[in-house]
Amino acid sequence: MEDAKMVHKVNEIARFFAAYPHDEAVAGIADHLQKFWEPRYRRQLIEYARAGGAGLHPLALEAITSVTVPAEYR
Amino acid sequence: MSLISELDYGTPARQSATGVTLEIDGKPVTVPEGTSVMRAAMECGVQVPRLCATDSLEPFGSCRLCVVEIEGRKGTPASCTTPAEAGMKVTTQSPKLARLRRGVMELYISDHPLDCLTCPANGDCELQDMAGAVGLREVRYGYEGANHLHEAKDESNPYFTFDPAKCIVCSRCVRACDDVQGTFALTVKGRGFASKISPGDMLFLDSECVSCGACVQACPTATLTEKSVIAAGQPEHSVITTCAYCGVGCSFKAEMQGNEVVRMVPFKDGKANHGHACVKGRFAWGYTTHKDRVLTPMIREKITDPWREVSWDEAINYAAGEFKRIQAKYGRDSIGGITSSRCTNEETFLVQKLVRAAFGNNNVDTCARVCHSPTGYGLKATFGTSAGTQDFDSVDEADVIMVIGANPTDAHPVFASRMKRRLRAGAELIVVDPRRIDLVKTPHVEAKYHLGLQPGTNVAVINAMSHVVVTEGLVDEAFVAERCDRPTFERWLEFIADQRHSPEATEAVTGVPAAALRGAARLYATAGNAAIYYGLGVTEHSQGSTMVMGMANLAMATGNIGRRGVGVNPLRGQNNVQGSCDMGSFPHEFSGYRHVSDDAVRSTFEEAWGVILGGEPGLRIPNMLDAAVDGTFKGIYIQGEDIVQSDPNMRHVVAGLAAMECVVIQDLFLNETSSYAHVFLPGSSFLEKDGTFTNAERRISRVRRAIPPMAGLADWEVTIALARALGCEMAYEHPAEIMDEIARLTPTFSGVTYEKLDRLGSIQWPCNDNAPEGTPVMHVGGFVRGKGQFMITEFVATDERATDRFPLLLTTGRILSQYNVGAQTRRTANVLWRSEDLLEIHPWDAENRGINDGDLVELASRAGSTTLHASVSERMQPGVVYTTFHFPGTAVNVVTTEFADWATDCPEYKVTAVQVAKTSRPSAWQAAYEETRGETTRRKRAGSR
Repeated sequence: MEDAKMVHKVNEIARFFAAYPHDEAVAGIADHLQKFWEPRYRRQLIEYARAGGAGLHPLALEAITSVTVPAEYR
Repeated sequence: MSLISELDYGTPARQSATGVTLEIDGKPVTVPEGTSVMRAAMECGVQVPRLCATDSLEPFGSCRLCVVEIEGRKGTPASCTTPAEAGMKVTTQSPKLARLRRGVMELYISDHPLDCLTCPANGDCELQDMAGAVGLREVRYGYEGANHLHEAKDESNPYFTFDPAKCIVCSRCVRACDDVQGTFALTVKGRGFASKISPGDMLFLDSECVSCGACVQACPTATLTEKSVIAAGQPEHSVITTCAYCGVGCSFKAEMQGNEVVRMVPFKDGKANHGHACVKGRFAWGYTTHKDRVLTPMIREKITDPWREVSWDEAINYAAGEFKRIQAKYGRDSIGGITSSRCTNEETFLVQKLVRAAFGNNNVDTCARVCHSPTGYGLKATFGTSAGTQDFDSVDEADVIMVIGANPTDAHPVFASRMKRRLRAGAELIVVDPRRIDLVKTPHVEAKYHLGLQPGTNVAVINAMSHVVVTEGLVDEAFVAERCDRPTFERWLEFIADQRHSPEATEAVTGVPAAALRGAARLYATAGNAAIYYGLGVTEHSQGSTMVMGMANLAMATGNIGRRGVGVNPLRGQNNVQGSCDMGSFPHEFSGYRHVSDDAVRSTFEEAWGVILGGEPGLRIPNMLDAAVDGTFKGIYIQGEDIVQSDPNMRHVVAGLAAMECVVIQDLFLNETSSYAHVFLPGSSFLEKDGTFTNAERRISRVRRAIPPMAGLADWEVTIALARALGCEMAYEHPAEIMDEIARLTPTFSGVTYEKLDRLGSIQWPCNDNAPEGTPVMHVGGFVRGKGQFMITEFVATDERATDRFPLLLTTGRILSQYNVGAQTRRTANVLWRSEDLLEIHPWDAENRGINDGDLVELASRAGSTTLHASVSERMQPGVVYTTFHFPGTAVNVVTTEFADWATDCPEYKVTAVQVAKTSRPSAWQAAYEETRGETTRRKRAGSR
């Protein structure tokens, strides 16, 4: 997936959860990514965030720190 | 097998707690108060002769054939219009009654052609039957007098003829059009001898008739007759099955001569449709035997090669070999599959099983991705289950009906007729839609409020309605206290009460006048039973899931959940889109909406299937295409979907498919996606297989094989062959065994068997120990998730905005005569009503651009452009244009973008910023398409040789 498209998608998720209190929002974003994003895109997202995460919503950036990818997908 | 004829009780059933006991020809019978004498007679096995009465219509009392004698009363009242009363003693046969009836029949027959032997209704004519029943032996008046025998036939409708020479003016057709269909297209013109049935002084085809067939079904003679019956003669056996068009899931009798369908007749005992139909299900079944059907498997190494016809074994082995090769080279997750919402539950279950158990991953998805995936997400979050709350019959008890982003008269016509009947009986209507859909004002129905919002502002509108409810003290406090989660409610209360959600504050964004919105909210909250029915105008937005939650919030806050007449009801698009979702077609869920990461759930499937299953979500369809472009996804098995035509941003879809090394298509026709396929496996139509469909009201209905599979195998058998070739044994002899496995593995289906389906006719899930015969209304007494959860639904404007370059907003949808990508309906006479996609545009927008009705126009967005003809219409609001996606030559999805629902990736088909301009030539894409399709056809022919 193109990075710009990925960033847009993640930010859309963050914009929904932004209406919730901070901790709940971060947990909600992370839970959504973990439950619905296939590991290769979670990996891409984590790598993108580690590289600075340009354009990512602050809540998304925070949430991504708790998103994981199983060993076989790393 | 024999021809199934449902018993006709003459007049409709009545509901009453009070019974009345009377005697019919000396036989005692007890019936609900309000029941007619005619029906009471039928209840005790006595059929009173009749012509103008039938139990789908209110009694009319015009034919005078059903006269009876009632002890203590003068005269001979019509039994159809006389209510049964306690203690009545009714006589249905006497010399006097026989004389009267013969007299009536003599008058009818004196003006009726005596061509019974060559009449298409011979063997299925109530006039003929009644002549026999009353013992008609002569017509004293002769046949030479004034008559109607030379009236001209109207054969303009492609599916039925109107022969006024055979008409007895019983008005059954007029009443069926009025009362059952609700179109009011027919009338009785003239008086007395000059009375004549008329579709409004014009041909049927040119009239307002919607060809639902209700008049044909109601006609007791050969006046209105299916052309297929005229051509073939009377059927000799019937097969009860379920329609393969929209999510209403109408039950039909396929009336057959051997292996030929003579006609499809809506089944009176069908619980979704109660004997009604629409033009598609009733008449547009000719595609099943269309010459374009591909009946031999085909393969080719490259998509530029000609197709090569091969045996089933060779095609299956080639596909399996390619999938194995790709996985060996690119990894286990490099392939996936798409299940079909047009196929049966059993077939869909097998495809997802094949992906999970044979491919070894969760890369399975379904077309609900592009339609109602937000429904699943939103209703699961709030109520706890991913489905609508009511049965269709529930609408009869609604006091106010709110239709949001749906056009039922076009897309779900049989339910629309039911809804209109309730509206004519007094329920109020709110329509929330950018377009002035037909339901806003149609004969004897008018919306009290039409909230003509700007596309993309649904959430702002629903929040504003909830704001009114909360700030004006209209919350159902008792319901919320008992049924809903208090902390989430209180948080939502604070959120929604904020002034930024008020109708006055949102009016500038939504375009909905605050006063109208307040009025609609008050009506919804205070009218009694309020029911929401919604469609893809809710889901196909960047905030689709948020909007579903917003509707659920409103319904919970006003206590409109958990009983008849209320609810939140998605009108599902395709025949089995509910079922395909139920069956585990999403990449993150097993059947019954259970996440693949749930170890306990996964272990039950692992034990049953004898394989280790993945606990990570797989790829959604758009992800599959992204991954294909990225080079990590190389093979796909697509059963019964045409993603090139139906999915957004066609260029991206095509790029993804073209990047794959093995695309396997299973379909009836060489669809648009097959242009990028390497293996083509012939599909089987709904007439050719056994199985079940699940409709929008969670109703599981049997699909029964009426003819053998034309290509030799039913779709479920093809999937089994492919699985076996991949080393995954699937040992099923019949779809009933697949359903048994579904029931074993899916708690909400645990009580479902074919035996029970045959016994009950249909079953609404959940069907289990708690509800052995199914669940018509959900969340009665408590939500599936326990307490109802209020969600925070902040309005977030879509990033797809009208700009100077693209100043208009495009929404897309369906029309009555065509269906989805049109693969079925384009291959029927329905093209007489519409043979191309049209762009509906408001007169102001048209005038500003110098566009006249019928002009060829270019429709352009940042994604691409196409051309089509303009239809200037005041149904549109200024700034909004509309078209359909039925015709591949238009390829409207060249124009739509990849913006999608934040939660589910459901595309934002309802908001695309576009410009429209007059043009004189097709787009470059269309020109290339014509050339490519020509190539495809030639390659197919070359392959066939």
